[in-house]
Amino acid sequence: MRIVVRRERCTSAGMCALTAPELFDQSEDDGRVLLADPDRSDEHRAEARRAVRLCPSGAISTDEPEPSTREHRS
Amino acid sequence: MAEHGTPPTTTPDTAPDTTPPPTPAPTPAPASATTLPTERDHPFDPPPEFGPLRAKGPLTPLSFPDGHVGWLTTSYATARKVLSDNRFSARQELRHLPIELAVAKEAMTGPPPPGFFMHMDPPEHTRYRRKLASSFSVRRMREFERKIERALAEPLAAMERQGPPADLVTTLVGPVRSLVTTELFGVPAADVDSFQEHTSVILDADSPADKVGESTGHLAQYVMGLVTSLRAEPAEQEPASVLGGLVKDPELSDEELLGMALLFLSAPDTTANMLGLGAYALLYHHEQLAALLADPTLADGAVEELLRYLSIMNVGPFRAALEDVDVDGCPVRAGETVVVAVPAVNRDPDRFGSPDTLDVTRPPTGHLTFGHGMHQCLGQHMIRVTMKTSYTLLLGRFPGLRLAVPPDEVPLRSNEATHHVRNLPVTWDGIAR
Repeated sequence: MRIVVRRERCTSAGMCALTAPELFDQSEDDGRVLLADPDRSDEHRAEARRAVRLCPSGAISTDEPEPSTREHRS
Repeated sequence: MAEHGTPPTTTPDTAPDTTPPPTPAPTPAPASATTLPTERDHPFDPPPEFGPLRAKGPLTPLSFPDGHVGWLTTSYATARKVLSDNRFSARQELRHLPIELAVAKEAMTGPPPPGFFMHMDPPEHTRYRRKLASSFSVRRMREFERKIERALAEPLAAMERQGPPADLVTTLVGPVRSLVTTELFGVPAADVDSFQEHTSVILDADSPADKVGESTGHLAQYVMGLVTSLRAEPAEQEPASVLGGLVKDPELSDEELLGMALLFLSAPDTTANMLGLGAYALLYHHEQLAALLADPTLADGAVEELLRYLSIMNVGPFRAALEDVDVDGCPVRAGETVVVAVPAVNRDPDRFGSPDTLDVTRPPTGHLTFGHGMHQCLGQHMIRVTMKTSYTLLLGRFPGLRLAVPPDEVPLRSNEATHHVRNLPVTWDGIAR
């Protein structure tokens, strides 16, 4: 899975760092997204997808199609 | 006043009214337009009027106190679209207020003061938000957890020493409110009570306008005093508060700092209110409390679920259309204000299964309690960590905690902005050791 972050869109809400701390971090400077460890994206697919869904500014995307937004139980 | 192209046509309300209205309406609105419901029948549930409104469609016409007719959305999907679409503006001077406020109207309808970026669009919004954001990062808020533990140690120990019953507003909610005040503004301990009295006056929708003005003036002066003394601190000293961190930014003027500080003026109360009402909801739905006690790993999800279920902010985010926009089939025209009914959106059955049930085992849900889009609440992780840590400490110490009064007799305080428990009397049997 390839994760793309568009930092110019990032609004520093920190939902990604909360949802998938293995993959995302926030800059000390302005709280914007940092891709912590892109190599681990395959281990954390579900978290990455959730981060895409929860990001309030649409700053994160992956190369996999987004599942339905309806609540699902795993 | 714009008449809308597609008013709902199926309700009897839309028929021409032949009986005289009980009070003369200053401005005729479409008969189908509603006013924003803010009165709750039950402390945990959204105002009941949202149910029928939801049935009318994703957007329904909404009357504003100033005579404007805009829109209200109860739909989760529509709310997310509106809040993340830059054709909708947060600019204070473009939006119509959906409720009457005691605060001087010009303070909420003219251009916002410098630094008050919640009511601005990019690029001004972006510049200010990035300056504040690092103070509220997920990592910083995990450090805040230690401070909560320290702040609650003595009040909880005292509660245990004194034995049942106790009031959780005294032992839990009050200390957290003071801690958040200190964390955000760096208010010295001796001034916290006075600071909070003035914020209470400002936030209480029932306060008379002159009192609100007085307290606002007092606090503005006080915050400027804080800014001056914080500026005098050595540059290399680690800031002890969010305001202390902002003051170190040489690009921010005193007026901008004050405007930014005003943005988090309500945060101690909102955090404390959510904490208290959340505790009440858990004690009320004791089977949910039992589930949480049986499996502490549910704590994060329980916090999210309480935030969704309770949706304590009665007046959600609202935006002004900068151009004509078709939103899910509704023609929103340039200049019209769209209000997101967060309590209703968070109970949208198209998004949440059994939306009216509090279920701490629900997967992390993506509720809109903190909004969505570029203005999503910067303090959200502070509220999360406060709730999780406080509940964990409380329940770890008092696993047999229960209400000391019948569940429906907990005294509540409600106004247009938010609602909360006035007291939360609890009792308990065993003490964890």
